[in-house]
Amino acid sequence: MSYLPDEWLFKNRLLQRQRRGKLYRLFFFASLVLAVVALVTLLLNVLNETVGLIAVRYEIAPETISDQPIDQLDNVRLAAILQEYAPRKLKVFVRDHLSVVDPSLFTSLPLSQALEGRNIPAGAETSTISDISDEVVLELLTRNLSTDQLRELVLTEVVGLEVLESWPATESLFNRAAIEERVAAEYPDAELQTHSWINSTFLSSPMSSVPAQAGIRTALLGSLWMLAITMAVAFPLGLGAAIYLQEYSSDNFFNRLIDTNIRNLAGVPSIIYGMLGLAIFVRALEPITSGSTFGVMDSNGRTILSAGLTMALLILPILIINAQEALRAVPRSLREASYGLGATQWQTIWNTVLPAAIPGILTGTILAMSRAVGETAPLIVIGASTFIVFDPNGPFSKFTALPIQIYQWTARPQDQFRDIAAAAIVILLVLLLTLNAAAIILRNRYSGKLA
Amino acid sequence: MTQNGNLAVEIRGVNIYYGPKLAVKDVNIPIAERKITAFIGPSGCGKSTVLRAINRMNDLIPDARVEGEIVYHGQNLYDPKVDAVEVRRRIGMVFQKPNPFPKSIFENVAYGPRLLGINNREKLAVIVEQSLRQAALWDEVKDDLKKSGLALSGGQQQRLCIARALAVEPDVILMDEPCSALDPIATQKIEELMRELVQHYTIVIVTHNMQQATRTSDHTAFFSIRKDESQAGREIRWGELIEFAPTNALFESPQQQETADYISGRFG
Repeated sequence: MSYLPDEWLFKNRLLQRQRRGKLYRLFFFASLVLAVVALVTLLLNVLNETVGLIAVRYEIAPETISDQPIDQLDNVRLAAILQEYAPRKLKVFVRDHLSVVDPSLFTSLPLSQALEGRNIPAGAETSTISDISDEVVLELLTRNLSTDQLRELVLTEVVGLEVLESWPATESLFNRAAIEERVAAEYPDAELQTHSWINSTFLSSPMSSVPAQAGIRTALLGSLWMLAITMAVAFPLGLGAAIYLQEYSSDNFFNRLIDTNIRNLAGVPSIIYGMLGLAIFVRALEPITSGSTFGVMDSNGRTILSAGLTMALLILPILIINAQEALRAVPRSLREASYGLGATQWQTIWNTVLPAAIPGILTGTILAMSRAVGETAPLIVIGASTFIVFDPNGPFSKFTALPIQIYQWTARPQDQFRDIAAAAIVILLVLLLTLNAAAIILRNRYSGKLA
Repeated sequence: MTQNGNLAVEIRGVNIYYGPKLAVKDVNIPIAERKITAFIGPSGCGKSTVLRAINRMNDLIPDARVEGEIVYHGQNLYDPKVDAVEVRRRIGMVFQKPNPFPKSIFENVAYGPRLLGINNREKLAVIVEQSLRQAALWDEVKDDLKKSGLALSGGQQQRLCIARALAVEPDVILMDEPCSALDPIATQKIEELMRELVQHYTIVIVTHNMQQATRTSDHTAFFSIRKDESQAGREIRWGELIEFAPTNALFESPQQQETADYISGRFG
């Protein structure tokens, strides 16, 4: 007498069991499809904005400025055009492109200081910018700017290319006739062009209030500077803390408390870290983070250094947890082998545990880096600048960063800012994907070596 | 117990605890110099625990505690003055599962000498060759010392681990079931190697394989499990040394009934 089902019942139930399995399988597959569709839609939506038709108009037709095409003119001719059409902005060009000091000091310092290291015409070194004649200003521009830079100035300041309206890629492709009709009716003097918002000018130009001329150069440099400081601080601290917690600390109440709290800190919303950074780095440590202790003048605590330190705090718990996991994953047998040969604890850690854990540690570190690059909220709280035309030149610079720039552009009313925001998102995504790819390559290379 | 020659290590009245729990009780074993001493017994009898106490590997387990004395050259290894690092350099160890470092064959063997501060490439090369020759592995690997230690077969890996242990010139080599993960041919090679090595080293081996004990060892210690069921609902178990004798004597005329039952295959 068996309690198990008889043959008929078994067959019957087997069918049921298999059916249930198939149902679950279908559900899992549907989840995957849905997730992929959502991600692809998101990506296409962003890419859609980055390229498309634009209607442009010139304030002054290029042919009326010069009898030769503009890209064949030399420095002197280009400067002459600037003098003819934009005489009052010449000194502004000097300030924006040549000044090495803060804009507020620029007019009061002699040129030898304000333009230190530039090629200054003889006799003008001791005068301030307000005292020199237009001829000297022109000299400064022709001597110190490249032909490309001057041509760019002529195109933007004199020719005055203005983007009237822009259309995303899908509309440009499938609805071209309607767009042409609309341009002809609304902007009879405009020209229709295909334009990619991601281009070399976009990468190399600083921020501007005109979307067609705005670029992400300052934001990209700001992000990279911040990342460098973040990693320089967070990596050694995180790895050190992880080694201590995992290898040295004994299993007592106090250490378990620390361990648990580090895990909790990794889940704290990033804006809280922003407030912490604001209170500690921006306010309390202002003499250090503004650089005034080190002789840097005219700056407040809202610097790259503050941002980097805040981000370091933010990713520190992630780094510690991840490094601890990597260290824990090193097999006991390897440690025993090392101790068995008469290694001290430090020799075992340095020669055996760390090399075996390094792929995991690096992968986690790079993932933490991509988290730091993408974080926005803490930067807003600690007061990253939103409009910066100068490259950050050190830890005590004011700065902006890619996510801040994107956030700020999407908040603007003009359509074209949303186009360049999309372009900046693509650049940020490329940066993140590069970091993640680097993580995978590093991991594969090291784990390949071990096997 | 008959003893010829000097003792390498003497285990005197050793109790080992894990936390409050007694694991092994009152073990006394004299381990003769340049002989092979085998520890046998059923699973859980504490033979590995005793072996690992000899080079203080149990120190790595946070709540393990050793009472009694383990004397090596007149020095109690558990004296507070003694540094466990020095103990492990003189008393080497080979583990149950081959555990080469994920490094080249050369670096595996050079690991120990490097710990001692030898970084000269030529000196290291001499040590590596000597050690690999002693471990009967040199002829098989001499052409690809740069290859990863993990690329070798199981038996070769275990001989690499032996070479690695020999490279720091220990006196005593502890082997914790060194053949349990190997096939019979690799096992035979390791056993031959042990007979070879015992001319220069003292070897202590833990084994589950009684044939291995009879084939290789000079002395055998038989451990078994003791139970205390007096406390209601909770069974307390610990390991004890039942019998220690020259191997032939122990297997041919065991003095204890339990030993006789175990070696005749009646339990364990």
